[in-house]
Amino acid sequence: MQLITCPWCGPREENEFRYGGQAGLEYPADPAALDDEQWARFVFFRDNPEGAFAERWCHDAGCRRWLRAVRDTRTYVFAETRPYGSFPRRSARPERSA
Amino acid sequence: MTSTVPPGAALPEHPDFLWRTPEPKKTYDVVIVGGGGHGLATAHYLAQKHGITNVAVLERGWLAGGNMARNTTLIRSNYLWDESAAIYEHSLKLWEGLEDDLGYPILFSQRGVLNLAHTEQDVRDSVRRVEANRLNGIDAEWLGPDEVAKICPIVNVSDDIRYPVQGATYQPRAGIAKHDYVAWGFARRADAAGIDIIQNCQVTDFVVDGDRVTGVRTTRGDIGCGTVALCAAGHTSVLLDRLGVRTPLQSHPLQALVSELLEPVHPTIVMSNAVHVYVSQAHKGELVMGAGVDGYNGYGRRGAFGVIERQMAAAVELFPVFARAHLLRSWAGIVDVTPDASPIVGHTPYENVLVNAGWGTGGFKATPGIGWAFADTVAHGRPHPLVAPFALERFVTGALVDEHGAAGVAH
Ligand SMILES: Cc1cc2nc3c(=O)[nH]c(=O)nc-3n(C[C@H](O)[C@H](O)[C@H](O)COP(=O)(O)OP(=O)(O)OC[C@H]3O[C@@H](n4cnc5c(N)ncnc54)[C@H](O)[C@@H]3O)c2cc1C
Ligand SMILES: [Zn+2]
Repeated sequence: MQLITCPWCGPREENEFRYGGQAGLEYPADPAALDDEQWARFVFFRDNPEGAFAERWCHDAGCRRWLRAVRDTRTYVFAETRPYGSFPRRSARPERSA
Repeated sequence: MTSTVPPGAALPEHPDFLWRTPEPKKTYDVVIVGGGGHGLATAHYLAQKHGITNVAVLERGWLAGGNMARNTTLIRSNYLWDESAAIYEHSLKLWEGLEDDLGYPILFSQRGVLNLAHTEQDVRDSVRRVEANRLNGIDAEWLGPDEVAKICPIVNVSDDIRYPVQGATYQPRAGIAKHDYVAWGFARRADAAGIDIIQNCQVTDFVVDGDRVTGVRTTRGDIGCGTVALCAAGHTSVLLDRLGVRTPLQSHPLQALVSELLEPVHPTIVMSNAVHVYVSQAHKGELVMGAGVDGYNGYGRRGAFGVIERQMAAAVELFPVFARAHLLRSWAGIVDVTPDASPIVGHTPYENVLVNAGWGTGGFKATPGIGWAFADTVAHGRPHPLVAPFALERFVTGALVDEHGAAGVAH
């Protein structure tokens, strides 16, 4: 079992954390303006890269705070973890990671 | 005499020759990407049912080295919704005649499946599913705890455990098969019909002309194509990303494990969504167990040990006799999961690129059924009625086929 570094609690066992999927998704600024296609994209469609992936994790069994990680989906190695929200907010489309 | 034959020694011998190892041709009418069960079954039925044999199956590794020979081989058709019941039951009927069709032993053993219920909600959902199955002509029964114990005496049906067994659904026609033999059987027939099975050939990109794909780029050079049929399971979205086509697929590691070889103790298949484990006993004697996916996206073909620990705890609670068995090995495959736990089959924005993906944790049982229906879709350039409900568009129209209840942990 690997260790994940919580920005508040330090390195803790993987099974203390819950996975939150792709990071950087924004709730639509003007929800009423979205058509079915755009809603489908927002609700169901996520990136699924083989390689570096920017993700959300929650330290459920610890401080219960959300963090943002960059992890390689082939090796599962975390390149970084930091508090969620401490980066510039993005609007419009979800970011693409290589 | 029989008692001195070690378990598994009675398995059939393979013929010396299974398939050719051809050099890729310049172009094919149909290029199938992925030499797992679905790709190979599609190839077989293209030849057998539609006379289409100028076909290549391109496999990046070795034949059936993906999920096909990593899965736990549970075959059943007791899904809730009409759309799923139709394709899985069609598949089960093909399984029932597959050994004759392929002329190859696949060790299909219809030993039945018990899906246990542990809570009042479980009981209601299960009885509803039994009724739905019967309306679809699928064999299904609701059994109380005593009847469960009659079919599988090693299940703990006492009420002093944390989640006592309240009953189970039972599908007698469900079963298991030997996954690698199934792949080899399809491969052998496709090869005999003239189809090229090309291993160590990874598709890395596509040659695009407007809204058509005219060829695939591979690690063994470019190959021209009439139609591309994607059967790449967990790697489908990686391929479609090259074409800028987005899908709601997420790839997860799914683990399974086997015990050492034991005398026959477990006569059927038992699954439990609530305590999260399922178990059968393979022909050779291993107890074969699995549960749900690892929580995160991954392509690493391994998962966390915590997942194994949890399913072992569940197994020992349900089957106290397993406490003394030893774990022999565990492994993982990469499964492509969709938001409604149903597959994605049919057209893409590229008119000659067809996709068959999203079978997630439960596509082995569909192998002959989807091969048959996907071959028909490829041959006629329109979705066969059995796959039409599973088009990519359903995520926009909202016509989801939500099988989380019947799929869940139950593969
Ligand atoms: C541990 C585990 C247990 C499971 N248990 C069950 C079960 O009990 N019952 C059940 O019904 N289902 C089960 N499944 C699910 C089932 O295995 C899959 O749904 C099914 O095998 C998918 O179809 P396939 O056989 O074609 O996939 P695969 O065998 O994975 O075939 C896809 C192939 O495509 C190849 N490929 C990928 N990318 C490329 C590329 N770029 N170029 C060329 N080739 C490529 C891969 O190497 C692979 O061989 C289980 C899966 C796992 C991992
Ligand atoms: Zn923390």
